Amino acid sequence: MEELKKLTVSTNPHIRDENSVNKIMWNVVLALVPAVIAGVYFFKIKALVVILVSVIAAVLTEIAIQKLRKQKITVKDGSAVLTGLLLALVLSPIVPWWIPFIGSIFAIAIGKQIFGGLGHNIFNPALAGRAFLVISWSAIMTTWLLVDGTTGATPLGLLKLGGVKTGYLQLFLGNIGGCVGETSAIALLIGAAFLFYKKIIDWRIPAAYLGTVLIIALIFGKDPMFHLLAGGLLIGAFFMATDYVTSPITKNGKLIFGFGCGLITMILRLFSGYPEGVMFSILLMNAANPLIERFTRPMPFGSKKINKKKEAEKKEEKKDEKPKGPEVGLLDEKGNKKKLEVYGQKGEPIKKEEIIKPK
Amino acid sequence: MAGFLGGIHPKYNKVTRKKAIEIAPMPKKVIIPLQQHIGAPCEALVKVGDEVKIGQKIAESKGFVSAPIHASISGKVTGIAKMPHPVLNECNAIIIEADGKISWDGSVKKRENIEKLTKDELKNIIKEAGIVGLGGAAFPTHVKLSPPKEKPIDVVILNGAECEPYLTCDHRIMLEEVEKVIKGFQIIIRVLEPKESYIGIEENKEDAISKFEKKLKEMELSEKIKIVKLETIYPQGAEKNLIYSITKRKVPSSGGLPMDVGVVVQNVQTAKAIYDAVYEGKPLIERVITITGAVKEPKNLLVKVGASVKEIIEHCKGYDGAVGKLISGGPMMGIAQSTDDMPIIKGSSGVLVQRESDVCSGEERDCIRCGKCVDVCPMNLMPTLISQYAKKDDIDTANEHFALDCYECGCCSYICPSKIPLVHWIKYAKGELMKRKKKK
Repeated sequence: MEELKKLTVSTNPHIRDENSVNKIMWNVVLALVPAVIAGVYFFKIKALVVILVSVIAAVLTEIAIQKLRKQKITVKDGSAVLTGLLLALVLSPIVPWWIPFIGSIFAIAIGKQIFGGLGHNIFNPALAGRAFLVISWSAIMTTWLLVDGTTGATPLGLLKLGGVKTGYLQLFLGNIGGCVGETSAIALLIGAAFLFYKKIIDWRIPAAYLGTVLIIALIFGKDPMFHLLAGGLLIGAFFMATDYVTSPITKNGKLIFGFGCGLITMILRLFSGYPEGVMFSILLMNAANPLIERFTRPMPFGSKKINKKKEAEKKEEKKDEKPKGPEVGLLDEKGNKKKLEVYGQKGEPIKKEEIIKPK
Repeated sequence: MAGFLGGIHPKYNKVTRKKAIEIAPMPKKVIIPLQQHIGAPCEALVKVGDEVKIGQKIAESKGFVSAPIHASISGKVTGIAKMPHPVLNECNAIIIEADGKISWDGSVKKRENIEKLTKDELKNIIKEAGIVGLGGAAFPTHVKLSPPKEKPIDVVILNGAECEPYLTCDHRIMLEEVEKVIKGFQIIIRVLEPKESYIGIEENKEDAISKFEKKLKEMELSEKIKIVKLETIYPQGAEKNLIYSITKRKVPSSGGLPMDVGVVVQNVQTAKAIYDAVYEGKPLIERVITITGAVKEPKNLLVKVGASVKEIIEHCKGYDGAVGKLISGGPMMGIAQSTDDMPIIKGSSGVLVQRESDVCSGEERDCIRCGKCVDVCPMNLMPTLISQYAKKDDIDTANEHFALDCYECGCCSYICPSKIPLVHWIKYAKGELMKRKKKK
C-alpha cells in the first residue's frame, strides 16, 4: 500500500509532552524579568551594563567552547543566557565592566562546559562564577551602591556592622543597597509564582530552605522576616538552589538539600565574618548533592521496608553455620588452596583417613 | 477521589467516545496465532484442508497457564505457518479461508439453569471458552479465578478505567452492554466469593458511571457491587495502581501479584466475554477494538480474532494521509508495527494510526536532571538513572535501581523534556536481566 512506505517503529510511548529543555530555560529567564526591571529601575544604567556584559560574555563563551570541541552549538536553549543573567543579578551594580565579563567566562567555561556541558556540571555555574570573583577581587565585590547614588553597606552588612535594621517595606520593594537583582523581594516573588504556575520548580527545596532559615532565626531570637527578605535568600532559594542539574532528583533529597542550604546560610550569617551565606551554602550543598541522592533513593511502590539490621544478622548466622555433611573444600574465597577440612553429620571434624572419595 | 502515586495527564483525544459499536464485516480470511499470551503456545488440533465451523476449538495447550483457541469464521484451514504477530513479531498461526457461510459449531449452545452451575463448572466453561484478560496482557482468566488456597481473595475489581488516550472500546462496552457486563461480573463474584466487589471507572466517563448506577439499582445489586469514581489520570487502569486507588493495598514489588493482597482485577470486556461464554455458550472469537487516529472514519468495531488490520482499516475508509506509525494498542503502551498484515489477537485493544507529521521526533538531549520522571513514575522508581546505567550496559546497577519493577507505562518518556527514550533503555535492561535469569 502506498501510504505505508515510511513506518516508524519505536518503543512506547508514542506521544510526548510539549515541554522541552528550551522551553524550561526560557521560561526561567522570563521569570527573572521582574527582577531585571526592578534592578534597572533602582540602579539605572549601571545595572543594565552589568546584565548585558554578563549575558553576552556567557553566550559567546558557550559558542566558543562548543566550536572548539566541534560540538553542536546549543546556545539557543537559553541555558547560557540564564547563567549570564543569574550571575549579573547577584553582582553589585557598581562593579567595573570586566567583572561580569570574567565572571561569565568562568561560569560557563569552568563552571559548566569543563564537566561536559548542560546536565553534567556539579556546581551551579552562576554561583561558581560569583565565588571565583568574590575570592579574586573581594574589595570590588563587596562595594555596594545605595539608591541615592552613594556607596554603602547592604542591610545584612548594616546589621552585622552596627546593628542597624532596614525596614520591611524597603526590603520588600528593593530600594536598598545590594546586588542588581536580589534587592526587590516582590519582583523575585512574582518570578517564583510564575515558576510554580508553570510547574518548573518543585516546592520542596524553597520550602525547606526558607523554613529552615525562619526556624533558626526564631531559635536565636533574630527577626525571621528580616532574614527571609534580606540578602540573596529569595533569589537563592527560588532560582539558584532549585537548579535542576545541581540539586537532587529525589523527593526526600530535595527536602534535605533545602534544609542544608538553610542551615549553612544561617550559620554563616550569624556566626561568620561574612554578612551573607547564601552563595556558599548552595555551593556546599551542590557538592553534597550526589551523596544526598544516593541515600534518598526511593524504594519501589509496594516494597516492604527492609530491616537492614535483621538482614545483616541473618547473613552473620549463615556465616557461623558449620557446613553439614561431608564436604570437600579445595579453594577458599580468595582462591587460595584450602586446608582439607571435612565435617561429619553433627559438625565433628573427620580425619583424612576416614574420607571416602566419591567414585 | 481515588488516586495513586505519580501519573500524567496526556491529551485524551477520545474522538470515538460517542460512536456506537459497529460490527465489522465477516473477514474473508483469518490468521489466528497459536500464541495469544504468555505461557506455553497452543498446539493446532486441525490440519491443513480441514473444514472448521465458527466456535470450533482449533488449538489448545496442556499447560495450566493457557487458554484454547477457537475458529472465528467458518471455512477451510489453508495453512499453518509463521505469520506476522503484533506482539511477538512472528508466530505460528492457523490460516482459515472463509466459505462465506455463517455456520456455528455444534458446541455453541445457549445454557439454561445458570444458577445451578457449580464453581468448578463455571471455571471450566470459562477455560474452555478460551477467555483471557481483554485489557491488554491477555492473561488466561480461569487462572486468575483459581487462586491458591493460601491466598484467599476478599476483593474483586472490575476495571473500567480505560486510561489509555484515544481508546474507547471499554467505554462503549460499558454503555452498550451494561447488563451483560454486570452479569459476567456476577459470575466472577460467584466463583471467588469476595467480601467486597467494586467497579472502577474514571470520572471522565460520567455517562458510564450513571448507567451502571442505574442498572445496579434495577438489579438490586447496589449494596453488593460498589461503583468507584476514579481520578482521570494515566495510568489509572494499570492493575497495581487501580488496586491502590480503590483499596489502598500495595501489591508487593519485585514480582508480587494482586492475589498476594487478596485482590483480583478483571477488565469490563472480559466480564462481557464471560457472560457470552456462560449464558450463550459462545467462546472468545471476537472483541471490540477502537480504530482511531489518521483513518478516514475512526470507529469502535466488533471484530473477529484473526481479522487482518489492513481489512479493518479499509472498513474505516482507509488511511488519512501519509502514515508515519501504525500502533497496536494505545499511544502510551501500544506497540509500533512494521506492517498492516498482522492480525487482531485476543489482547488487541485498538489500532492507532499516526501521520508522519504526528510521529514524535523531538531531538534527544542529555539529561538535565529535572527529576520529572521520578515525580511521575507510578512505581516510585528513578527512570533516568536506570536508563543511564542501561545505556552503559551496567545491567547490575540498573538492577539495583529496580529496573525489573518497571511495567513500562511510558510516563517517564512522555514527560522527559530532554526527549530521552527512557522506557526503551529500561526495557533493554529488563531484557538483559531476563536473559540472565533464563541462563541460570
